[in-house]
Amino acid sequence: MGDAIVTLKIDGVEVHVPEGTMILKAAKDNGIIIPTLCNLEGLTPYGGCRLCLVEISGSPKLFAACITPVSSGMEVTTQSEKLKEYRKMAVQLLLAEKSHVCSVCVANDHCELQSLANELGVDHTMFERNFTKEEIDSTHDFLVIDRNRCILCTRCIRVCDEIEGVHTLDLRMRGKDAQIIMDLDNKWVNSCSCTSCRKCAKVCPVGAIYIEGEPVGHTKHKEIAEFITERRQRKCK
Amino acid sequence: MEATSLNLADIQKIAEQEVDFERAYKYRINVCCSSGCVPLGALKVLKAFEDAVKELGVEKECKVARTGCPGTCAVGPAVMIEPGDYLYQNVTPEKAREIVRDHVVLGLPVKEMLYKNEAFYKKQQRLVLRNAGKIDPQRIQDYIAMGGYSAIVKCLATMTPQGVIYEVSTSGLRGRGGAGFPTGQKWGLVARAHSKPKYIVANLDEGDPGVFANRTLAEADPHAILEGMLIAAYAIGAEKGYLYIRSEYPLAIQTLQKAIAQARSISLLGDNILETGFKFDVELRFGAGAFVAGEETAILASVEGRRAMPRPRPPYPANSGLWGKPTLIQNVETLANIPLIIQNGGVWFSKIGTPRCTGTKCFSLTGKTKNPGLIEVPMGITLREVVFDIGGGVPEGRKFKAVLVGGPSGGCLPDTLLELPVDYDSLTRVGAIMGSGGIVVLDDKSCMVDTAKFFTEFCVDESCGRCTPCRAGLIRIKEIFDGITQGDARVEDITTLEKAGVYIRDASLCGLGQTAPNPVLTTLRYFKDEYLEHIQDKKCRAGKCFKNKEEEV
Amino acid sequence: MSTDDKRRLALEKSMKEHNYEESALLEILHRAQEIYGYLDKELLMDIAQSLHLPPSHVFGVATFYSYFKLKRPGQHVITGCLGTACYVKGVDEIMRAIEKEYNIKRGESTPDGKLSLLVTRCIGACAMAPAIVVDDEMIAKATKEVVLQKIKEVLGGDKPESR
Repeated sequence: MGDAIVTLKIDGVEVHVPEGTMILKAAKDNGIIIPTLCNLEGLTPYGGCRLCLVEISGSPKLFAACITPVSSGMEVTTQSEKLKEYRKMAVQLLLAEKSHVCSVCVANDHCELQSLANELGVDHTMFERNFTKEEIDSTHDFLVIDRNRCILCTRCIRVCDEIEGVHTLDLRMRGKDAQIIMDLDNKWVNSCSCTSCRKCAKVCPVGAIYIEGEPVGHTKHKEIAEFITERRQRKCK
Repeated sequence: MEATSLNLADIQKIAEQEVDFERAYKYRINVCCSSGCVPLGALKVLKAFEDAVKELGVEKECKVARTGCPGTCAVGPAVMIEPGDYLYQNVTPEKAREIVRDHVVLGLPVKEMLYKNEAFYKKQQRLVLRNAGKIDPQRIQDYIAMGGYSAIVKCLATMTPQGVIYEVSTSGLRGRGGAGFPTGQKWGLVARAHSKPKYIVANLDEGDPGVFANRTLAEADPHAILEGMLIAAYAIGAEKGYLYIRSEYPLAIQTLQKAIAQARSISLLGDNILETGFKFDVELRFGAGAFVAGEETAILASVEGRRAMPRPRPPYPANSGLWGKPTLIQNVETLANIPLIIQNGGVWFSKIGTPRCTGTKCFSLTGKTKNPGLIEVPMGITLREVVFDIGGGVPEGRKFKAVLVGGPSGGCLPDTLLELPVDYDSLTRVGAIMGSGGIVVLDDKSCMVDTAKFFTEFCVDESCGRCTPCRAGLIRIKEIFDGITQGDARVEDITTLEKAGVYIRDASLCGLGQTAPNPVLTTLRYFKDEYLEHIQDKKCRAGKCFKNKEEEV
Repeated sequence: MSTDDKRRLALEKSMKEHNYEESALLEILHRAQEIYGYLDKELLMDIAQSLHLPPSHVFGVATFYSYFKLKRPGQHVITGCLGTACYVKGVDEIMRAIEKEYNIKRGESTPDGKLSLLVTRCIGACAMAPAIVVDDEMIAKATKEVVLQKIKEVLGGDKPESR
């Protein structure tokens, strides 16, 4: 990443950002919020949730803003009828994929998926909802994972690997069967590598990983991105 | 063959020796021993021919060779006798002796056993498969005798890397893995990338169900792939190549392992190739049952020993591929074209096929066709020619209904599109893809709704799970299909299918997700009446659907 | 030396040949499955430790690829090809017949471990569709009758326990 500054237009506004910046960050730094569920500043971008799709003039394709770097003269559109429809579709699909029932969820009112659904005006899903019955793992002293609420954003996996540096978490299987696992798909209490650092709970955008007995609002009391960046800086010193 | 260090001139000498050696034989009996014919008893047939030749005392004038596939899988075991390319079909060990006696001893081909379908070969143009069924893939000398490895000799002796890339660019060759990216341009990108070392990954992860072109190529002519890799390595400056192959292809793996060992033994691979100082080696890597691993960033993850999950581009593999180094990823069929381009020149190649899509393409022709098998046709041939002339139409007097082009994420095309020329752009326009070259013919006993459901199920199973549209979307589409085929659906479901399909196509991260809705969208486009019939009348004209429920009860 | 030791030694040799490199994980899992027949958790832990990889990474890779088996397969294995060509030519009917005959579902083994019924996506025998593999032998252009007869043959007199 060089020191060069790139000039581009986002939603008609001219912005200047360092070369190599991703569109999502460039927009955010200039007060334009593009929705995302998997991206978290300080972690390697994943490009999985597809909520941050944007249009770029001159291309018929859509681009995920979290993984597309800016380039000079680029004209980005972050809001359009089509984009809104696609974002609603993504939220609907996520809601239909697992058992997301806000009223009985620990993350109610502190859930990024929920607030996104509200913002986008998703009041129903066009798909039949699939209520999964995965066993809740509450064997750990205070950390709980409820895979029925997981949206597979892999923030927890990345924070565990990149910030905590232990890589306790990963994915098993693939596609619709993919799930977050601890070590060799062990119960949490039997994990040989978990340091109980709670970072996974702090970064979870929904109520899939949480701390027992602690209000989710408290676990995520700080802006999560700040938390990660802070850790990063502390590590550097 | 003993380990020896050869130089550039020696390859020509081997070729001449081998040709002389062959000339001593009046006849050559090629017994196809590829994965297609072996289960039908080809190895016993091979043994029977060897015995018969000895018994009848013609072993001095008649050579029996174990070869790869001539493409006529429908009538295996297949045996070809040269000169004259007499192709015998459905050969049994009992018939072997009769064929040797009449054809070799008396010089009278056994007419009633010959493959009579001339149309099968007439419209084909076999470049990539030039040696398939004619040489013994286990003998490097056979390949050299056919002019093999003369292209790399030409490169090393007379051409600069830039010159090689220029020839490939001139040829107009486009990637045969499906996307059709111009090969010369790709090579140029990797060649210009600054960091080192550079790598080549040859893609033989033929995961499309219903496709076996790459397997057949590897089993019939493994050295063509290796020579293509060598030339690419010379052009882009790579020292190491990985050949990624499905583990479901044991015979192809064995053949390639042997080929690599032989090439190393005569210094066609290694630290000092043909005493020119050029260095390149190839290592095999084995897939493990993941269709998505054929995607170019996923294959990199897999070669590195990780979950084969596609990653976003940029960075492009040409700049940052294996272990962050510049990497050329190329399908093996593309690579097998390269020696011909070098031997005959890019201009020669650019005249084959159509101006925008030059050369030929291998297709696996299967389903309800009279002549299933592996074919190679010039780009731009029409679907009708493939299905009816080469394929011989639909068997058992049934009616043609649709042809599925491009594998599980291809498109189902109706008879009104049969005049469509087969090339990258025309196929994409009608909602299909070239894919890795699968053509499946469907007759009126096939239900289009059921077919679309089958392919959706395949993609559901093969989705890696990274992005929302593909992981969470395809499964919902599948559920809607379950409803339609079991009599539990509403007309509005069609709109949902369309909306979700378009969304998955536009919003997915990789090629798998982007093309997975193709069968759904094309069947909705061309066969909507069948959907309505299922939903409104609970009727399946092919008699495939509405069964499962009763049976389970 | 016990069989276990011999197997362990063969695996160790393979890992050493690959220099205990992380990137050789797939090769080593292939080899381990060849040696042991399937990959259980103990074995995966062993590989993770030898290659200095997080166990969750190894488990993630082993379960991502459908070729790797984490359960012991049955004594006799029937694999149905569910590739396009085989599907179009009616492999599903044959599979249903086997399921009915032995009261077993695809992807499962009989309780006594005598018979496993698996599916694979295309073995590349498309021109000979439908294809069913009984132990290591492929039956080309298979029919219900031929396949059921063949299974009877490989099982000998044994009738596997049904659930």
